[in-house]
Amino acid sequence: MKRYVCNVCGYVYDPAQGDPEGGIPPGTAFEDLPDDWVCPICGSSKDDFSPE
Amino acid sequence: MKEEYRAIPLTERVYWVGAIDWNLRDFHGYTTHRGTSYNAYLILADRITLIDTVKKPFKEEMLSRIASVVDPRRIEIIISNHSEMDHSGCLEEVARELAPKEIYASPMGVKTLKEIFPNFSEVKPVADGEKVSLGNMTLSFLETRMLHWPDSMFSYLHEEEILFSQDAFGMHLATQERFADEIDYDILNYEAATYFANIILPYSPLVTKLINRVSALGLTFRMIAPDHGPIWRKNLDHIIGNYSRWALQKPSMKAVIAYGTMWQSTEKMARHIGEGLASKGVKVAIMSCDVFHRSDVIYELLECGAFIVGTSTLNNNMLPAVADLLTYAKGLRPQNLIGATFGSYGWSGEGALQAMEILKEMKVEIQEEPIRVKHVPAAFDLLSCRHLGERIATEIEKRVKEIS
Repeated sequence: MKRYVCNVCGYVYDPAQGDPEGGIPPGTAFEDLPDDWVCPICGSSKDDFSPE
Repeated sequence: MKEEYRAIPLTERVYWVGAIDWNLRDFHGYTTHRGTSYNAYLILADRITLIDTVKKPFKEEMLSRIASVVDPRRIEIIISNHSEMDHSGCLEEVARELAPKEIYASPMGVKTLKEIFPNFSEVKPVADGEKVSLGNMTLSFLETRMLHWPDSMFSYLHEEEILFSQDAFGMHLATQERFADEIDYDILNYEAATYFANIILPYSPLVTKLINRVSALGLTFRMIAPDHGPIWRKNLDHIIGNYSRWALQKPSMKAVIAYGTMWQSTEKMARHIGEGLASKGVKVAIMSCDVFHRSDVIYELLECGAFIVGTSTLNNNMLPAVADLLTYAKGLRPQNLIGATFGSYGWSGEGALQAMEILKEMKVEIQEEPIRVKHVPAAFDLLSCRHLGERIATEIEKRVKEIS
């Protein structure tokens, strides 16, 4: 599964880690994140992310 | 409490109680030619409220200004709009001394402040859009994440229609005057643009979104009170309009040539590229990295068409002063630039190629392979430089027409 980088703040979404604080369990692919998921650092939406 | 310094009224109930740092010249690597101010604001509501604090060494100046209008221990609420240390450095000490009933920050601000002050856990989060009653007045909050830190937020005082905008709409400018309309217009424009270029630039798309969002909220602003520099109380559309425009980063008929030179060969090349650009009507700033500070180069890059970088090669590397500028510029992510590199060398000549690779990483559109000259440029080489300048000028003109 691919890691994705936030274009705004540089945070890397790593599917192996998920985003526990945002309720996303480890093993969740970026594509499977809900549409309203936002970057835990800067609040950017999914479309502000690019593949690493 | 000494009353050495005075608070300055914005209205009958709101005062500036910050500090003026006349002598600051280096703000984490940004040269502040005219010093700065750290702005804090006091709201004399039923529940007396302090918006932001100041850099640690200026705590007494702030407390003294507060004491000129009210006993600081009567402050019930402190709001931290931005956790960076120039606004929060004395927050823990001030909170211990004054014992306010509540301290608020954005949810990210609560986290950041906890990381800065591990033993300080009194800060409560306010959500985006939340209101806090000050008795006879109301503050509401607007999260502005990454403008320019994750914790950043705005506070809006409804009854006075004042937006406390933390670093946004600010500038590094130390003046005794507190209002923008009391200060030379050209200095304001220059310092506001320099601040935008050096602090806000990477988050330009968020500026555009934020301005749209704030307009949609339909709030009216009588004043914008930032955390650095003067307060805006007249022609607010001017500074808001500038932010909207700068955030678009549209190219103009302007180029920056930044270079590092050892024996003036790369410098000669820079001058001849500049001649070529100027001959086609492009405004050119030719900036030696040994003379111009990185933050002054970045000011020139705002709304610029081309970024052209020259470097000699020193022991198989670009010159350190050029690497410094490029590292800084890369972080600030300027958009819509075309570019090229050039430089002289003694035997290997990697410098201009290395600089080109960094420009590519910055998504500067490289126009052609670097012009590299061994030792000293001949008349023929200088003519090539001039022609490069002319070709880049033609391309800038084309892009300015396309994008505008």
